[in-house]
Amino acid sequence: MTYIRRLPSFEYVSASTVKEACAVLSNNKGKVKILAGGTDLLVQMKERKVVPEYVIGLKQISGLNKIEENGKAGLRIGTLVTHHEIARSPQMQENFTCLAKACEKIGTPQVRNLGTIGGNLCNAGPSADSAPALLALGAVLTLQTGRGERQVPLEKFFTGPFSTILEEDELLTFITIPHLKGKSGSAYHYLTKRTAVDETLVGAAAALSLKAGDDVCEDVKIGLCSVAPTPIRALKAESKLKGKKLTDGLIEEASRIASGESRPRSWAEYRRDMVAVMVKRAVTEAWHRAAANKKGSGK
Amino acid sequence: MKRPVELTVNGVLYKLEIEPRRTLLEVIREIIGLTGTKRGCDRGNCGSCTVIMDQKPIASCLVLAVEAHGKNITTIEGVADHGHLHPLQEAFLEHGAIQCGFCTPGMVMSAKALIDNNQAPLESEIKEAISGNLCRCGGYARIVKAIASVKAKS
Ligand SMILES: Cc1cc2nc3c(=O)[nH]c(=O)nc-3n(C[C@H](O)[C@H](O)[C@H](O)COP(=O)(O)OP(=O)(O)OC[C@H]3O[C@@H](n4cnc5c(N)ncnc54)[C@H](O)[C@@H]3O)c2cc1C
Ligand code: FES
Ligand code: FES
Repeated sequence: MTYIRRLPSFEYVSASTVKEACAVLSNNKGKVKILAGGTDLLVQMKERKVVPEYVIGLKQISGLNKIEENGKAGLRIGTLVTHHEIARSPQMQENFTCLAKACEKIGTPQVRNLGTIGGNLCNAGPSADSAPALLALGAVLTLQTGRGERQVPLEKFFTGPFSTILEEDELLTFITIPHLKGKSGSAYHYLTKRTAVDETLVGAAAALSLKAGDDVCEDVKIGLCSVAPTPIRALKAESKLKGKKLTDGLIEEASRIASGESRPRSWAEYRRDMVAVMVKRAVTEAWHRAAANKKGSGK
Repeated sequence: MKRPVELTVNGVLYKLEIEPRRTLLEVIREIIGLTGTKRGCDRGNCGSCTVIMDQKPIASCLVLAVEAHGKNITTIEGVADHGHLHPLQEAFLEHGAIQCGFCTPGMVMSAKALIDNNQAPLESEIKEAISGNLCRCGGYARIVKAIASVKAKS
């Protein structure tokens, strides 16, 4: 743990529109940091890992703190929605169980009331808990600059530990998750280090849907964190399951494949073994949730 | 450059000029002068700086005071009512839930945020509510009992 000091000096700008935030970013490239909940940024500044000249607060921008239906695209989550809001939302618990569970795991109540879902992704820590869930749910990000916006699937977002494809003058504004189709369910399972912050050691999320009337896996996505330089999908494990009739044995095999797809650095052997266990638990729970979900959670 | 910031702390409106680098914790302790709120880790881990803002417990070491402009904040000093201890504070005393006392203000604020919204919390909900508060003296069992006794009384 790094020695901590009081915050260094900086100029503070409270942006009232996305446009204004983008303008400050592009006029001061490299010298600005965006402040959402501050639970990562302020600590990094106290540690002098980041010393920005300008800090732009986003909280006055309206519309970025809501969860809304966005027609066929799915559910649109504003970047400033807090972990607490997602974890406590009955709609999230019911339809996007893995994400509600991941957000409930993050930090402490005092941190969840401040920390935002967008900040968790933009900080891009390998152990970001919301990432596996959002990967499993097929999340698409809306990234915005003064020049326009682009839609990027989450799996194209991370480029390395604590780095992303975000341009210097670009903001994350929304995270859209498509509704799962038919009989579907999702789950998140994790192990943590035993420290004051209980950082995730291995996290696995699975979201799947079943063909009507049987246990055939129509679609499945598996997201992992803390077991590679960035959060990743376990694509080979997914193909093992897709289109097949689910059984405990098949899930066991897929879990071992996921373990082989992981690339942990420290505690590698243990983490790899635990990937298999967490993936098995997450897929099994998602399957049982989907099977119990008679009406289907989607539209 | 200092900026005007208005904070309502324990019902009192403070009109201040604050440097953006000041955390809410620093302003409460060093500028307003309410030192009941403690600075432990200054990085969000320990919960000793917990205050209630917009009805929710937050780590005041992770908030810029300029971003708390216009907010309603309750600190440990605002929990007792004109010298009469809050039932939670009475319960902490009764149950011996205080040893060195450093974690106590934060514990009480987390517990207050819980019982303000949930008059009959389960033991699991009490544990969850104080999960962000570390007690180096290790008095968790008594703290949980103290909080549970308040719900039993009211
Ligand atoms: C005690 C403690 C425990 C924690 N435990 C966990 C845990 O268990 N799991 C976990 O995953 N995390 C954990 N965290 C980390 C942290 O809470 C999360 O990563 C949080 O979601 C970050 O969001 P924020 O709003 O606080 O981001 P900030 O700190 O405001 O920002 C984080 C980074 O993202 C950038 N950023 C923020 N929003 C945007 C945007 N819209 N567009 C572009 N860039 C942006 C910022 O410039 C900064 O670089 C913990 C933190 C603490 C202090
Ligand atoms: S001082 Fe804020 S959480 Fe420790
Ligand atoms: S009583 Fe000493 S830290 Fe809790």
